[in-house]
Amino acid sequence: MLHAADTQSPLLSMEAVDKWYGAFHALKNINLTVRKGEKIVLCGPSGSGKSTLIRCINALEKIEKGTIMVEGTKLDDSGKSIDAVRREVGMVFQSFNLFPHMTILENCTLAPMRVRGTGKAEAEKIARKYLERVRILDQADKFPAQLSGGQQQRVAIARALCMEPKAMLFDEPTSALDPEMVKEVLDTMIGLARDGMTMICVTHEMGFARQVADRVIFMASGEIIEEAPPETFFRNPSHPRTQAFLGEILAHH
Amino acid sequence: MNYVLDFSVVFEKMPDLLMAALATIGLALTGMSLALVIGVIGVAARTSSIRPLRTAVIAFVEVVRNTPFLVQIFFIFFALPMMGIRLNPTITAIIALGLNGGAYAIEIIRGGVDNIQKGQVEAGLALGLHKTQVFRLIVLKPALRAIYPSLTSQFIMLTLTTSVCTSIAAYELTSVAQIIESDTFRSFEVYFAITLMYLVISWMMMGLFALISRHFFSYPVR
Repeated sequence: MLHAADTQSPLLSMEAVDKWYGAFHALKNINLTVRKGEKIVLCGPSGSGKSTLIRCINALEKIEKGTIMVEGTKLDDSGKSIDAVRREVGMVFQSFNLFPHMTILENCTLAPMRVRGTGKAEAEKIARKYLERVRILDQADKFPAQLSGGQQQRVAIARALCMEPKAMLFDEPTSALDPEMVKEVLDTMIGLARDGMTMICVTHEMGFARQVADRVIFMASGEIIEEAPPETFFRNPSHPRTQAFLGEILAHH
Repeated sequence: MNYVLDFSVVFEKMPDLLMAALATIGLALTGMSLALVIGVIGVAARTSSIRPLRTAVIAFVEVVRNTPFLVQIFFIFFALPMMGIRLNPTITAIIALGLNGGAYAIEIIRGGVDNIQKGQVEAGLALGLHKTQVFRLIVLKPALRAIYPSLTSQFIMLTLTTSVCTSIAAYELTSVAQIIESDTFRSFEVYFAITLMYLVISWMMMGLFALISRHFFSYPVR
């Protein structure tokens, strides 16, 4: 495959990354390169290390071996490299994690003001822009507990976008939602993908993977087992573990 | 029983008693403020990555919570001057109340902080905030809200404990009552009066705590 994008230097790369939790080998020799604008879907059985993998990218988890580079910054133990990476990489969590004591607007202005030093008026302007984009601006003055799960997750996406990140990590963003709310969040993510955001999504939403992913990566037992464009991945999975996983997950959807 | 009640002495001395009650409220409020500051900083220090700091906080809490308040205030007032630190009774009272209340506040607030979900901290870190910012901006308020009832009942205790400051002759309600009593021998009337006054002071404090709660902790939670 020769895309124009291939010639660009990667936005993000993981090289020979290993991670242990005590004696448990959580990530085994992970090699992954993500170019600007690429959309990656990570899937695999629970405990396969997919969440751990994306949490290593913004240093919520520490790695024991290997190299992670984000936008030319090598992630090490120094606070400086961690700050630099977190500034450029947004994250959306399974459980939304909105701050309950702040309004929706305040949730969105907090990091730009405190991390980037943006003035209040400017931060609110940015917040309104992204709240509008996730179609939830009318709720700006409410508190998180007053919103539905789907609305909260859309706010969480807007909150991350307010830092104007170069890439977004999604850690099972629809797993905690009631079924009728999954679509509104996925639609938001699809819109984001269309606008060219670089995205790494841990999700079991195979419809989403088909629709937006450039590559689907299948993990099991801490390893990347298979990696392919969605058409190939779903039609001709080469590894028996991928076949078994797809058989199981597609039977449920 | 041929003791004849005569409350006229109480009414006569009412201005003195009211001034002393104000002093008690003042002691309680400054002591609480100090206790709250010690509580918050203590919890932050206890969760810091600097080990000696954590150990120091644990030791402080252990010592203060397992020794009598009366001994603590005597120590500050009578023992510290031997080492060249001489404080007047009011300052001594405030420091003693603040340290004592602070040790309890650390334990109470820590319970609230421990109950904050890990995801809240991670969301803050992922947005690029530093650990101290996460504690101050994200963790602290919901943690205080969660333990607010325990903390305020501890602070009512602190308010009533101001009466122990009589022991170093600090100016407050009980010490003034004692003086009036020893001048007039009207024990029943005087102590009955200040009992009512302490009750009113406690209720006022509860009212104040309710107002603070309404102002700061009114955001909806599930």
